[in-house]
Amino acid sequence: MKPAPFEYHAPTTLDDALSLLTEHGYDAKVLAGGQSLVPMMNFRIAQPAVLIDINNIPDLAYINAEEGGVRVGAMTRHHQSEISPIMAQHAPLIYSTMPKIAYPQVRTRGTFGGSLSHADPAAELPTLTTTLDAKFRLVSQRGERWVPASEFFLGLYTTALEPDEILAEGFVPELPPRSGWSLQEVNRRKHDFALAGVAATVTLDENDVCQNARLVFLSVGDRPMYAERASTLLQGQALTSEAIRAAAELASSEEIDPGDDIHATADFRRHLANVLCKRALEQARQRAQGQK
Amino acid sequence: MEATNQKIELTVTVNGTRYEREIEPRMLLSDFLRHEIGLTGTHVGCEHGVCGACSVLMDDQPVRSCLMFAVQTQGHEITTVEGLGTMDALSPVQQAFHEAHGLQCGFCTPGILTTVTAFLETNPDPSEEEAREAISGNLCRCTGYQHIVDAVLLAAKKKQAAG
Amino acid sequence: MATLDHNDKKVIGKRVVRNEDPRLLTGQAQYVDDVDLPGMAHAAMFRSEYAHARILSLDVSKARAYPGVLAVFTADDMGADCYPGPPLVSPPPTVKDVVFNSRRQVPLVKEKVRHAGEVIAVVVAETRYIAEDAADLIDIEYEPLPVVADIEQALEADSPLVHDDLDSNLAAQLIQTKGDYEAARKSADVLIRRRFTIERGTAAAMENRGIVAQWDAKSESLTVWDTTQAPIPIRNGLAARLGLSESKVRVIAPFIGGGFGPKIMMFYSEEMLVPWLAIKLNRPVKWIEDRRENFYATTQERGQVHDVEMAFTRDGKILGIKDDFIHDTGAYDPYGLTTPLNTQSHVMGGYDIKNFTSEFKVAFTNKTIVTPMRGAGRPHGVYVIERMMDIAAKELGIDRVEIRRRNLIQPDAFPYEHGIIDQAFAPLIFDSGNYQAALDETLKAIGYEKFVKEEQPRYRAEGRRVGIGVLPFIETTGVGPYEGARVTVEANGKIAVATGVGTQGQGHFTSFAQIVAEQVGVDVTDVRITTGDSAHFNWGTGTFASRGAVVAGNAMHAAAVMVRKKIFKLASKVLNAPEEELELENGVVRVADIPQSSISLKDLAVLANPLRGAVEPGTEPGLEATAYYGPQYGPTAFGVHAMIAEIDPETMMIKILRYVVTEDCGTILNPLILEGQVHGGVALGLGNAYYEKLHFDENAQLLNASFMDYLLVGSTEMPRIDVRHLETRSPLNELGTKGAGEAGAIPVPALFAQTMEDALYDYNFEIRETPLNPNRLFEIVREEKTT
Repeated sequence: MKPAPFEYHAPTTLDDALSLLTEHGYDAKVLAGGQSLVPMMNFRIAQPAVLIDINNIPDLAYINAEEGGVRVGAMTRHHQSEISPIMAQHAPLIYSTMPKIAYPQVRTRGTFGGSLSHADPAAELPTLTTTLDAKFRLVSQRGERWVPASEFFLGLYTTALEPDEILAEGFVPELPPRSGWSLQEVNRRKHDFALAGVAATVTLDENDVCQNARLVFLSVGDRPMYAERASTLLQGQALTSEAIRAAAELASSEEIDPGDDIHATADFRRHLANVLCKRALEQARQRAQGQK
Repeated sequence: MEATNQKIELTVTVNGTRYEREIEPRMLLSDFLRHEIGLTGTHVGCEHGVCGACSVLMDDQPVRSCLMFAVQTQGHEITTVEGLGTMDALSPVQQAFHEAHGLQCGFCTPGILTTVTAFLETNPDPSEEEAREAISGNLCRCTGYQHIVDAVLLAAKKKQAAG
Repeated sequence: MATLDHNDKKVIGKRVVRNEDPRLLTGQAQYVDDVDLPGMAHAAMFRSEYAHARILSLDVSKARAYPGVLAVFTADDMGADCYPGPPLVSPPPTVKDVVFNSRRQVPLVKEKVRHAGEVIAVVVAETRYIAEDAADLIDIEYEPLPVVADIEQALEADSPLVHDDLDSNLAAQLIQTKGDYEAARKSADVLIRRRFTIERGTAAAMENRGIVAQWDAKSESLTVWDTTQAPIPIRNGLAARLGLSESKVRVIAPFIGGGFGPKIMMFYSEEMLVPWLAIKLNRPVKWIEDRRENFYATTQERGQVHDVEMAFTRDGKILGIKDDFIHDTGAYDPYGLTTPLNTQSHVMGGYDIKNFTSEFKVAFTNKTIVTPMRGAGRPHGVYVIERMMDIAAKELGIDRVEIRRRNLIQPDAFPYEHGIIDQAFAPLIFDSGNYQAALDETLKAIGYEKFVKEEQPRYRAEGRRVGIGVLPFIETTGVGPYEGARVTVEANGKIAVATGVGTQGQGHFTSFAQIVAEQVGVDVTDVRITTGDSAHFNWGTGTFASRGAVVAGNAMHAAAVMVRKKIFKLASKVLNAPEEELELENGVVRVADIPQSSISLKDLAVLANPLRGAVEPGTEPGLEATAYYGPQYGPTAFGVHAMIAEIDPETMMIKILRYVVTEDCGTILNPLILEGQVHGGVALGLGNAYYEKLHFDENAQLLNASFMDYLLVGSTEMPRIDVRHLETRSPLNELGTKGAGEAGAIPVPALFAQTMEDALYDYNFEIRETPLNPNRLFEIVREEKTT
């Protein structure tokens, strides 16, 4: 289990990195935290000819509070998000999920941008950013563009990134007042990828009527599965158990596409999605009501 | 697969000693530590980042040395199990593992010791649950973790007593 | 010689911290992969992708031409040196009509691969990286063959054949009986029939296997570092294989990162190959198994299917049991019948059962070879009997603890002879025990009464599914043939001890030291144990079958007693006092009541090995003795496990709230070490119950060959375990010990099943398979609900 040979570059500016990426295109892989890429290289499932290590570029790791949300640099380590007061205050859904992601030694290396660019449908960050309606700044020598999370994840390990692009940062909007959130997962072991999971956000008006809801599932499709119809169904309703049950039923029966693997059948995943969706909405509602 | 002959000059500090080596970029940090500079205390159990036996500290933070290329440690400081204490002068964490029987075959132990050493710096008075979380990225096939958890809690006490 | 007085021990039985720890804790312990030799080359194996295929063509020329490659060998290149390994265990000679077709693995496959991961070629290069690059350049063409993936289908008439020279895939067949089961079933009030399925897992020691071999052409001597549990048999086998004198082959099993059984398999292909390469190339060669290889090439265990019938009286007394089962041996059967015999020996549990019949068939399949792994067939037997007891309790309307109590062997019934043979072909006799006491202790410790009467109803009223499980198990341990030890008082006053067994974390450097220190009157830290180096001890079999503490331990005790006698004899002469008046403590022999008249062991050791003068005729120089211990049959340990666990019936996620183990393994050498063994065993057992399963597809391809997908229990899954000790001494050996190495793992899957059925009391279902997982449990609960 030793990686195949590759050509290594460790640029110290983003411009240099983009220039190398333009030069090598599909032959190159960007090395961020390496916590998904290096195992694949050790198994020789991935054999990139060129590796562009962006760990030496300063100023790509930051968590900044801004008007309406948080700006997160691509090379922000999970561990930084885990202990960030800014993240706690402005993106509590992400903050509270961090300790669940992998293990301490992986969180010290794994990065925000790396996890998003890898686009594992079982990973939390793609789902959470989709739930929070985050957007990502993709840069290349050709320029830059902002892509919303809902248009970024295109399929299994597939994103809107062009071969010459790097995800440089993300902007995560803050939830409005009287909003609640929840992530519910079923994991074989506490820190495993989930068999199924769902992130929910709800925003209530002063009468506890749902103004906005977003339900996004993980591990039950080839990407974060935004249950748009179920989310819409909840709008304008009080979040009674009947309303929640109906949304969970709709989402889990029609808006996800789970597959079979050795850990779970599609049926079981669908069942879990339903159960977890109800729990997530319930917890999100309680959190929202707990706010002034 | 094309063989590339690229070699890179690496300068890294390990356990306070500066090492300079010319290496292939694909050399894993675990292999560099074990086979290039002879620090075989760091063990390799899975080479895909799950078992944690190869955990070392980079700039005082625990990392999987099998998931890093050695060239990535350029200019950084690495601490391995050999840097924690000696047979005659065990570190408080090592001493606690000895007293609490926190090891059996000893293979996973170095990765746990480095991880726990870093953990207790940030959380000097952990609960049992926090201790279990701290070592959740380290697999052990011998102990069932109970004596390891005991050892982590004992180490915390020892460190506090030592001030 | 009198047995060691139970109540008068100074060192044995104490919670002594381990001598080996400082080395292990500071990264100074040498494991096989730490061996670094000048000029060492590195091997990588080229393995079969297919589980069953004919090799049509093999072209290694590109690999040979790759820069940095020293050599590539195929079976053709090995020529006459490529022949199968020796059989490890022969078929039982004492049983009539036994079928046994011995088929063993080869170093390199020539014509037909029989499981995915079999070695076809080996690349030797300057680095492991280069060796793996070159292995990727080997061109091979296969003709895929129909695959034998299922053990029941394997024995059907139209099954493809794993070994073409046999008529079927039947590797072995054996029947054992006791009493008259047919008569018993006729007199039964109730007959219960069930089928149970147990699937494969892997031992997953944290250290993978590895071999380093060094050939010294000038002295024609070979040194091999091997992650083996059995260094002496490896030495003997290698010498025979390579045509060398045993004295010219040294096998060292240094610190080993966990064994758990598979590291006593021999000979692995790589074990035959790497020493041969070192000689052929006249360079040291290292091969270290990586984790992916470990999932394919290191032996596995647990696949069995049981068809069981039990006969009961109305009041729950067992009249008899019939258990026919199929055992999966994988592509070869080098380890003989050990595992299925162990299953047979445990299928009656700790119960007084007069009538028994069991036939097993061993099937070849296109899967990795099966050899014993921690538990070694025992968990299967215990699973079968304890599941049947639970089912009987329900059908007969008897409390599940009560039905067990009514059938456990009574304390006055020992030694209890079963009249069948065990894994070592010795008679299955339970030497001693107090099974009722262990049950009582466990019920008390877990608070059974209170839980069932008060706590559980409260949980249920709250809508929570919290269940309790309690069940007993036995573990046959400490089998022969023998082990030996040499104890020497060195001129520095320290005690040097050598034995042939290997050590893989069991604390031998401490527990053995305690045994010796007890006799030789020194501090435990002054006893230095050498294990697993054929240059230090010439005889032995290995560490397996929970036998280290029993067999090597008693050899150690015997040698230490002999040395003690020599010490007293010489001291008596030197101090001019009768032996009866001498005391030995803290490394000093003194005359009782005359403290100034004394001599240290250090000085005595010098006197015992004089540079001038004469050693008296009929005596030997030195304070040294070698002794051997070989039991006629092994002692049987006993225990009871209990668990309280909660399950979320919507997600099938579990949380274990309490776990109690009462372990009775005779005289305890070191409770600290014993508890560690039990904890680790339970962790594996829990894996075998709910986390660990090797998933093979219909082509016998393993689908979860990584730690991402094969789930070892982690620190956040393990409950705290409350270990209680009972000590029913074994009358079979002087220390009174029984083994404990595998105990923890044995009853857990059965206990887990019982607990889940109790927790999900409002669902009507029955668990008849292990390992489970949340998905499977969900299906089982649903299936039964809808039928």
